[in-house]
Amino acid sequence: MKLDNKIAIDANDIHYTQLNKLIRKAVAEKATDIVIKNVLGQRFIASGLRAEINIDIYGVPGGDLGMFMNGPICNIYGNCEHAPGNTMDYGKIIVHGSTGDASAHSMRGGEMYVRDRIGYRGGIHMKEYDQKKPTLVVGKSADDFLGEYMAGGLILLLGIGQEAPFYGRGIGSGIHGGRIVIRGEIEDKYLGLGVKRLDMDTSLLNEVQSRIKEYCNYFNLDATKLLDENYTVLGPASSRPFAGKYTWE
Amino acid sequence: MCGIFSVIDRNMTRMDGSSIKAALSSMDERGSGEGAGYVAYGIYPDFPDCYALHIFFDNIVDHKSKVDELLSKWGVIIHQEEIPTYEQPSLKRQHIPWRYFFKPYKDLMVGSLTPEEDIIIKTVMDINSGIDGALVFSSGKNMGVFKAAGWPEDVANFYRIEDYRGYIWLAHNRYPTNTPGWWGGAHPFNLLNWSVVHNGEITSYGTNRQYVESNGYKCTMHTDTEVVAYLFDYLGRRHKLTEELIVKALAPPFWDEIDSMPLSKSELNRAIRLIYGPALMNGPFGIVVAQSDGIVGFTDRIKLRPLVVGDDGTKLYISSEEAAIRRVDPNIGEIYMPKAGEPVIGRVVK
Repeated sequence: MKLDNKIAIDANDIHYTQLNKLIRKAVAEKATDIVIKNVLGQRFIASGLRAEINIDIYGVPGGDLGMFMNGPICNIYGNCEHAPGNTMDYGKIIVHGSTGDASAHSMRGGEMYVRDRIGYRGGIHMKEYDQKKPTLVVGKSADDFLGEYMAGGLILLLGIGQEAPFYGRGIGSGIHGGRIVIRGEIEDKYLGLGVKRLDMDTSLLNEVQSRIKEYCNYFNLDATKLLDENYTVLGPASSRPFAGKYTWE
Repeated sequence: MCGIFSVIDRNMTRMDGSSIKAALSSMDERGSGEGAGYVAYGIYPDFPDCYALHIFFDNIVDHKSKVDELLSKWGVIIHQEEIPTYEQPSLKRQHIPWRYFFKPYKDLMVGSLTPEEDIIIKTVMDINSGIDGALVFSSGKNMGVFKAAGWPEDVANFYRIEDYRGYIWLAHNRYPTNTPGWWGGAHPFNLLNWSVVHNGEITSYGTNRQYVESNGYKCTMHTDTEVVAYLFDYLGRRHKLTEELIVKALAPPFWDEIDSMPLSKSELNRAIRLIYGPALMNGPFGIVVAQSDGIVGFTDRIKLRPLVVGDDGTKLYISSEEAAIRRVDPNIGEIYMPKAGEPVIGRVVK
């Protein structure tokens, strides 16, 4: 059995380079948990970090939290700035708040759960390959261009406590892989170019239900109501929505 | 990428520049050390009725007498002095910042409804396009721009920004991309009481520039942002549009959105797009514009640049990052990201 080894870091007024050095030092010292207090705008926290470790972050982390990260579970008690989970490989980012634009940008594996809202272009260019399949779950709302140029993975938008539209224009513009699943019915005018409505199949339904349960588990919510609802499933109309747009073939 | 920070105290309580410096410096990564600047309103209570002209001189010997001469023709210089600066090891002095407190003779501009302002605009344009080695970068009343090529903290220390107290502050950290970093190209850009900070680029610059130049403005700063100041002056001061309508002209709704609006709303939006088409700005931008009675922040229509708003009832903050707002006010109550193209307005309570 692995023994708990909790290491605390005070991020007050330190630069992200120093902060990341302290995180890596803690990992080298076989920490199982890292608690970082007083985070305020430091970018790239846990970026490129390979470790099976739990990181609790208190404050507002700066852009690109967990970029290229492989393994850690980050719990953020506050909002995130732009692009948390950028090209993240494996691990989890659980945000007890909201996140900025381009959340889960190019994510290639792992999971991200956002309790409240994400900004514009959430899940832009998410991708999947073989066993790697990233997931972004958003509790309340997402702004325009959700899943823009999406190439794989799953985006799940729940709209908890929100009246439609809790999403913006251009959903899935240029999508060529993956699925966007949104609670309730959606008018055509919100859909982007290259998006097709699909039926919910059993395996997707199972996946959606287990993600909803996990989301509710993190934020102490009752999953029952969410599980009963209808969901709109969106996917790519083709694998190359813009073939011939910029070049002749 | 650039960093923006702005704040208005709606009760006009003045804040010194130290917290503004801290907020902007916390976003150093958004810049490249080639331009930073600050503007504050309410800083010259001893000269409330004078236009405070801030000028970069290349040197005092060759160029200043021409400016003195021009100003003395169009009005009276009440007071003038070098703007106090303090050498910083990592900031190279390229110009001498100077300030005039100036009152124009308004009866010299006949046929104008706003003779004072028109004299100031003419003087600013004449100096900037006609007198080598002199550049007016601030020309409003009881306000002033302080900028240079350097990092936010160095520029702030160079001018000792903490010695100024204002009820509105805009601050900007520049990452020059399309045009060189130089003192005049740092933000904020200013004309009369309008000041602009801008993150992004205006790809419609050619069209916008033609439009403002055909209406008497001259673009002399070698960068896109100055057209925003002139567009606000033209639409706001001369056409008397409200900030809401100016933002509708600069970042209008899409045609399909206009088509689905109720008739009265769609007619207004259609009219604005048709009349002010050349004022429409394309490209990625997050912008904050200030005047002496308020600030307005907005982004481009598809939100290609960030903007975060904090509001505690008295103070309204508009910034590129939430962390910068929390650095100044850790317990700020309301924090949100406005929708693309939606103006966020903070006005002083009179």
